[in-house]
Amino acid sequence: MRQRSILIWLLAAALFLAACTEAEPVDAEPTEIVLMTHDSFAVSDGVLEAFTAETGITVRLLTAGDAGSLVNQAVLTKDNPTADVLFGIDNTFLSRALDAGLFVAYESPELAGVDPTLIVDPEHRVTPIDFGDVCLNYDKAAFETTPPPATLDDLLDPAYAGQLVVQNPATSSPGLAFLLATIAIYGEEGWQRYWADLVANDVAIAPDWETAYFGNFTGGGGSGQPIVVSYASSPPAAVIFAEEPLGEAPTAVVTDGCFRQIEFAAILRDSGSARELIDFMLSETFQADIPLNMFVFPARTGTPLPPEFVEHTTVPSDPKTLDPAVIEANRDRWIDEWTRLVLP
Amino acid sequence: MTNRGFGWAAVLPLVFLAYFFVYPVVSILIVGLGADDRGWADVLSRSGLTDVAWFTVWQAAASTVLTLIVGLPVAWVIARFRFPGRAALRAGLTIPFVMPTVVVGAAFLALAGPRGIVDLSGSVWLILAAHVFYNIAVVVRVVGGLWGSLDPSLEDAARVLGASRWTAFRTVTLPLLRPAIAAASSIVFLFSFTSFGVVLLLGGFRLRTIEVAIWQRVQTALDLRGAALLAIVQLIGVTAILLAYSRYQARRATRQQLVVDAARRPVGARQWGVVLGIVAGALIVEGIPLGVLVVRSLRTADGWGVRWYQTLAELDSAFFVPPTEAVANSLWFGVVAMLIAVIVGGLAAIVIGRSDRGAAAWFDAVLMLPLGTSAVTIGFGFLVALDEPVDLRTSIWLVPIAHALVAVPFVVRTVVPVLRSIRHRLREAAAVLGAAPAAVFRHVDLPLVARSLLAAAGLAFAVSLGEFGATTFIARPDAPTLPIAIFRFLGRPGEANFGQAMAMSTILMVVTAVVVSIIDRFRSEGGDW
Repeated sequence: MRQRSILIWLLAAALFLAACTEAEPVDAEPTEIVLMTHDSFAVSDGVLEAFTAETGITVRLLTAGDAGSLVNQAVLTKDNPTADVLFGIDNTFLSRALDAGLFVAYESPELAGVDPTLIVDPEHRVTPIDFGDVCLNYDKAAFETTPPPATLDDLLDPAYAGQLVVQNPATSSPGLAFLLATIAIYGEEGWQRYWADLVANDVAIAPDWETAYFGNFTGGGGSGQPIVVSYASSPPAAVIFAEEPLGEAPTAVVTDGCFRQIEFAAILRDSGSARELIDFMLSETFQADIPLNMFVFPARTGTPLPPEFVEHTTVPSDPKTLDPAVIEANRDRWIDEWTRLVLP
Repeated sequence: MTNRGFGWAAVLPLVFLAYFFVYPVVSILIVGLGADDRGWADVLSRSGLTDVAWFTVWQAAASTVLTLIVGLPVAWVIARFRFPGRAALRAGLTIPFVMPTVVVGAAFLALAGPRGIVDLSGSVWLILAAHVFYNIAVVVRVVGGLWGSLDPSLEDAARVLGASRWTAFRTVTLPLLRPAIAAASSIVFLFSFTSFGVVLLLGGFRLRTIEVAIWQRVQTALDLRGAALLAIVQLIGVTAILLAYSRYQARRATRQQLVVDAARRPVGARQWGVVLGIVAGALIVEGIPLGVLVVRSLRTADGWGVRWYQTLAELDSAFFVPPTEAVANSLWFGVVAMLIAVIVGGLAAIVIGRSDRGAAAWFDAVLMLPLGTSAVTIGFGFLVALDEPVDLRTSIWLVPIAHALVAVPFVVRTVVPVLRSIRHRLREAAAVLGAAPAAVFRHVDLPLVARSLLAAAGLAFAVSLGEFGATTFIARPDAPTLPIAIFRFLGRPGEANFGQAMAMSTILMVVTAVVVSIIDRFRSEGGDW
């Protein structure tokens, strides 16, 4: 009996020592790197493998819910990050993360090829990887004889009464982007009047994008309104995910009054490998793979786009944006005011 | 005194709860409160807390009452009668319980939205209907578990002595069932109290639970202090309700003779009529919203077909694995979560069910807390707390552990009423005859408890299959569960994504029904181990 307990103690001590040695990391370049992202992240088979073949570094993926949840998780694990690199923070939540001091600055040499309007942070704590525009989409079938709206002002026309569904900005990311677009266009003084007029013109509100697009939007199989707040990339997606091959997209984009969301990657735990991964995400291989997987546009200029993106959508020439710091300072108040104004 | 020799059984549940619930939740609340220094009054008044709290409480109470009204007749029929398809019905009724709110919400809106048969959108009735839909399984399993073991000769005796059917039920059966009804009510209440997806989708914006308010604070405002304060309010409310419940419960149990299965065939046309009528009613209430999803999964451009099912086997870039692998993931997480929940919850039930002391009431209340705590609080709690000594935050094991945390209360609530109903005299007789406490347990308690433990196992498995909130925080992209896969499909435009989401939902229904049937089968065969 006594001998057995001594054995157990020895075993426990050995395990403890083993655990300790394992816990002390060897101070070398990590050969495995963790990329934390939101649950819309997607990449073709073989792309990350190409990175591994090139650099010897394997990438392990972690998802952290949606984009808002991703930022919260990064803030909460600041002292002991779960990942080396974060991808998927956008300009609506950027300021919060920068204020929290989450990121290690890194100016990738690949930034030379990136559209300079996307480089928001002069200190390069975040690197733009892609962008997407939240725009009105309309069901082409509903506008065969009458013209679709061309601007946000048109939506106030009685001709479009009861034809628009938007998402609640308190619960939906595209809903928030659309609210921000109206604030960018009509200003702090005018946006509330615009929304009051939209309400008078019988705008419908949905809690989230899924309900608005599949439940309300007639172009998405719904049975409500023929105009919806969605993305500039939604028509190509509707073609790619159609049941039968389509020659033409069933929906189209209104290119006025779009809000540009820029998605960034950033380093949470600095290492040569983390920097190599950022460089790789700006490389032609990764950039060309973005559109068909995440349905956003590559940040690198001149990246070839798939034919569906060329034929069925247009990148808006004058997308709206707001300074991330302004968004951070006012987001809560705007949503409150919107709620009081718009919700029944 | 009856608890002698079983105190050890509390150790594992306590450690599990302390490490995977209390520690993470306290940690995140401390972090949240430290995020800034606004006053309580400022933060809470901002969230319209009084309205939100009042709505949270009353809709939960209303949902509980309605679920009992609809669920008890179904529990009675399944517990008391043998009829063709009884096992299938019992397993099938578990399906709604696991369905993701995003697809059920869509089905409810199709039926009772702006273009449905009746327009209830934005009204509280739609929320209540959805809560009843979700929770009938709880009443059927928890109440039915005890009802099926009640000795029918008691009620027969009352009838022979001249009591009407109703009087016999009211004065004999109902008091005996009270512990199980109270247990089921507490679960349904907590589920509705922390309802999130249903309220968000069907609530028409004005109606919010505290759970929704917490999520909005975190999600759109990135306001951790506000969320922490709301979470504290939620926890205080849940704790008060649970303590009141446990104290009431510990005093009220009636000891009785339990039998293994008291179901018999209906007799006469009238009884058959009642049984079939209730079965048909249950099928309509539960079946129609599910039927909508199945129909949509089979609808393709060129008529009816299984195309959406076929495409699920193909590699999709949004998944990193073929979506069908989500079935395997869900099954394996479900089995592990079920085992953890049955072991932890079973041990806890032994301690609670065999003791009348105040400490057991506390223990009982604390074990129920995870069910009344928001998924955001638990998910974020894991993140800030579980990085040392072993970093579990990104471990695959955290998924079944999180599921088990929510499933343990179901096991406790199903098993305790049965344990409390066992007559002390049986145990005492065994003890007098020289049986050690362990032997008494094995020969007296276990055979009666085994059946309810298996009923609980079915629920625990279902909880794991359907869990979504906490899983989104911790699931890894290469190991999606079925609800997560459904959600990913719905996140993209295009008919194919919608069709595949519906197909995936149908697969989730079938998987649930099959697995729960298998567990139920063990239950009837393993009745006397």
